[in-house]
Amino acid sequence: MNFILKIWRQKDRNSKGKFEEYKAIDISPDMSFLEMLDAINRDLAKQDAEVIAFDHDCREGICGSCGLFINGRAHGPQHGVTTCELRMRHFKDGGTIVVEPWRAKAFPVIKDLVVDRRAFERIIQAGGYISVDTGAAPEASSIPISKANAEEAMDAAACIGCGACVAVCKNSSAMLFMSAKISQLALLPQGHPERKIRVHRMVEQMDKDGFGHCSNTYACEMDCPKKISVTHIARMNREFIRAKIF
Amino acid sequence: MYAFIQFYNSSVGKKLLVGLTGLLLISYLVIHLFGNLLIFRNDAGRAFDEYAEILPQVVVIRVIEVGLFLIFLFHIITAAYTWLVNKQAAGKQYKVWKKGQTSKLSSRTMLLSGSIVFIFLVIHMQQFWYTSRYEAGEHFSMYEVVRATLSEPVYGIFYLIAMFLLGFHLRHGFQSAFQTFGLRDKKFTPIIELVGAIFWLLIPLAFASMPFYFLLNF
Repeated sequence: MNFILKIWRQKDRNSKGKFEEYKAIDISPDMSFLEMLDAINRDLAKQDAEVIAFDHDCREGICGSCGLFINGRAHGPQHGVTTCELRMRHFKDGGTIVVEPWRAKAFPVIKDLVVDRRAFERIIQAGGYISVDTGAAPEASSIPISKANAEEAMDAAACIGCGACVAVCKNSSAMLFMSAKISQLALLPQGHPERKIRVHRMVEQMDKDGFGHCSNTYACEMDCPKKISVTHIARMNREFIRAKIF
Repeated sequence: MYAFIQFYNSSVGKKLLVGLTGLLLISYLVIHLFGNLLIFRNDAGRAFDEYAEILPQVVVIRVIEVGLFLIFLFHIITAAYTWLVNKQAAGKQYKVWKKGQTSKLSSRTMLLSGSIVFIFLVIHMQQFWYTSRYEAGEHFSMYEVVRATLSEPVYGIFYLIAMFLLGFHLRHGFQSAFQTFGLRDKKFTPIIELVGAIFWLLIPLAFASMPFYFLLNF
């Protein structure tokens, strides 16, 4: 397969970026999107040109490092996959593919397609944890948890923190990301002692980091590679009301 | 007071207040609609005229009017403020952005649909509320004012467009408010969607039937 790629190039945080055109020739349909970028980078390296910078790590859809805005969608046109899991067979042979970094005030571009997502870490540090005594692990079945709650908490815990929700949100809101963690911990007994302070601190940190408000367009759910549901945002709102009013 | 300011300043708090005020406003639509349906009585507008004459004499109505005005102001100012914060946070300069594939148009155009409905309301208040309160003479007939205004094509069509946009605004707004209150989940969503249809579809349609009725010269 052959493609024409329009890729965002930006030297560093402070420079003005622009789109550059590249040709991807003889690409196997089974290649992942990142492998296709590797192929372009290999050619660029041979020509002694600056390679395209993009984030990646595990390349099996669980680390949350990769994330590109491909042809107008976060992680490309396929539902429920990360950029590294996206195969080139889903694109039209000979077509043009526009590749952009996540765009949000809270995620400044560092270089080319790489953005600074440390704001997510600050949100987690603000309250996305439980405080436990160190020592030997307690007996696993000493705290009973219903199957339904365990399943739902697990679904929320599937969030890999890639930032697609922020990228696709018209307000660059981090609600889906934040609510996944709040919901996960609210569903489990271990999360209960700190539930009030958690939602208070995390929402405060999200606002401080310059993310927008949620206006319930539900675009985040559509482009989330882990299919995190917006019902977690509803639960987070409940947690917020409970913490502030009751 | 400090707790309220803190609540208002948080992203979730503001949204909760916009949703709550929005629901209070649409609850008034129901009352308003039932009164207005008297227009369709086949008595040359007598029942409607009587209703319009009694309304300003009821103290509760006067109190509700002031309340509605304040709630309106709050809804609009808070929503506009939220929009501004979101614009600043967005930082979207995508070359290609397929918004239509991930969200509904109604959810992305709340400020626009709301603003046009607001302009409609200002005109609407001037034409009906102000006229009935301050320009009513000896032989005043509210039915005649309504008939004359709504049968005028420019205003009648503007009324229809406004009702379409009100429905469009509520298509998103109603269920969105319940999502913000944290009530949307697998169990409640179908009920919310069903009740929502009364507000975004039936009520605007019922209001729209009035200019239709007069435009077509019944």
